[in-house]
Amino acid sequence: MSDPALPDGVERREVNGEERLATRGEPVYGEPTADGWRAWDPERSKLGGMLELGLETGLTGGETVLYLGAASGTTVSHVADFAGPTYAVEFAPRPARDLLDAAEPRDRLFPLLKDARKPDTYAHVVEADVDAVVQDVATRGQADVAVRNAEFLTEDGRLLLAIKARSEDVTAAPEAVFEGALDRLRDAYEILETRRLDRFHEDHLGVVATPK
Amino acid sequence: MSDTDAGPDASAASDGGGGWFEAPPADATGDIDSETESDDAATAAAAAGVRGGSAAAPADWPARAVESGFADDADEYYDRLKAATTRATREAVRERERADDAQLIHAVRAMDDAERVANELAERAVEWAGSLFDDVGSGVDGAREIAAREPENGVERRAVSLAQRAAELDDERAELAETIGRIAPAVAPNLTEMAGPELAARLIALAGGLESLAKKPSGTVQVLGAEDALFAHLSGRAPSPKHGIIYTHEFVRGTRPADRGSAARALAGKLTLAARADHYAGERRAQLHDDLRERMATIRARADDGPSEGGDSGGAASDGGVDDE
Repeated sequence: MSDPALPDGVERREVNGEERLATRGEPVYGEPTADGWRAWDPERSKLGGMLELGLETGLTGGETVLYLGAASGTTVSHVADFAGPTYAVEFAPRPARDLLDAAEPRDRLFPLLKDARKPDTYAHVVEADVDAVVQDVATRGQADVAVRNAEFLTEDGRLLLAIKARSEDVTAAPEAVFEGALDRLRDAYEILETRRLDRFHEDHLGVVATPK
Repeated sequence: MSDTDAGPDASAASDGGGGWFEAPPADATGDIDSETESDDAATAAAAAGVRGGSAAAPADWPARAVESGFADDADEYYDRLKAATTRATREAVRERERADDAQLIHAVRAMDDAERVANELAERAVEWAGSLFDDVGSGVDGAREIAAREPENGVERRAVSLAQRAAELDDERAELAETIGRIAPAVAPNLTEMAGPELAARLIALAGGLESLAKKPSGTVQVLGAEDALFAHLSGRAPSPKHGIIYTHEFVRGTRPADRGSAARALAGKLTLAARADHYAGERRAQLHDDLRERMATIRARADDGPSEGGDSGGAASDGGVDDE
């Protein structure tokens, strides 16, 4: 293992002459591939950015994952490549159509057209005690969504959250927005690590947390 | 606004919290254990469970499914979950996307017709009944009272029956309003969040579709529904209209008259962007709604600054090109 922070199934591979994060699976969005490995673009994926920046995600490979805000499935397809059962929640129908295509060849990626703000609408499908909740929703109250979904996480599970400052308040300084969001998060989580993702995503904060 | 509360009310209506495989809703085909039943019917029932069900809290569904005999092992459980979620999501996506703007236009026009005719019929019925009974109210409410009466002869029967038609038509109007409230968020989520389902539907109807609304400049959206006034203005007979149908929006109507032009212009600008986001992207854009709220706060703050125009501090950073003169 050249890189202890990367889960099994995620490797740095030479793709198109460049050393890049990659997972093994069917290509989804026209990403470059080499020998069955698909490059994982940290600029298109917050989780990819978090891994690239070396946050301690606690992901080891093979875990059960609840992914909130799956959109077209760009990131969640990579997650499903290295994780175990992966539940992908997306609210908007149009990206969900692309998500269905991304999920098609992945037999442990479960697409769900549900509202991440209402966990009781999918708690009858998503199992309890998942190992990780990955959240990338661009709506107000992002911390609130994370708190509501804390019930799915196993005791020492990980919340991997990307907070987008502009989704909360356009006018406030990102630092103030992040502080407010972290405060709300502390209602249900212990924050383990935070890191600005600005190298890949402007005004985003990457957060790793575990349930209290 | 969306983050304020979606808590316990969200699906209190549904069942008490079984897994998706345990309690298929009544409209799905029944016993999924039946050996003879085809896989397809079982998947359909399971998909209905995924779509319609709810639970207060998650549980170890894979273990429970194996325990209850739904699946032999976790692998089989996940295979069936995969089939059920894929089908449920495909159906839900198709349904939400099929709710198209043409249906919305029909619904809002039908609602207007139903309302107009219900009022006309009610007025006729009330007028007629006034000559036959004492204590007759007015309008649709009056017609409802008459409809509940027991007619005693042929003429009364006709008047009461007419009142019943008016009342039924008013019920139809209410049903149509409810339908609009359901499909407008699917057709145009941003526009509906900003304008409410009815105004969103009217704007789409006036423009002739979501696509044509998305392609209109915001100045046109601002005066949609005020065509008479606009043409009077263009032929030099009148001042330019400040607003059309968007007058019904609280942001315009609730702003003091001196600032309504600014409010209408700002609202129209954001409604246009919302329609474009809905037509071209189909995703919710929280930013649009924040920008509008902020802009409205700035405009309304002028009323506090005193009567003078031009109290715009210029402090509001982003108003998406909707500037004041």
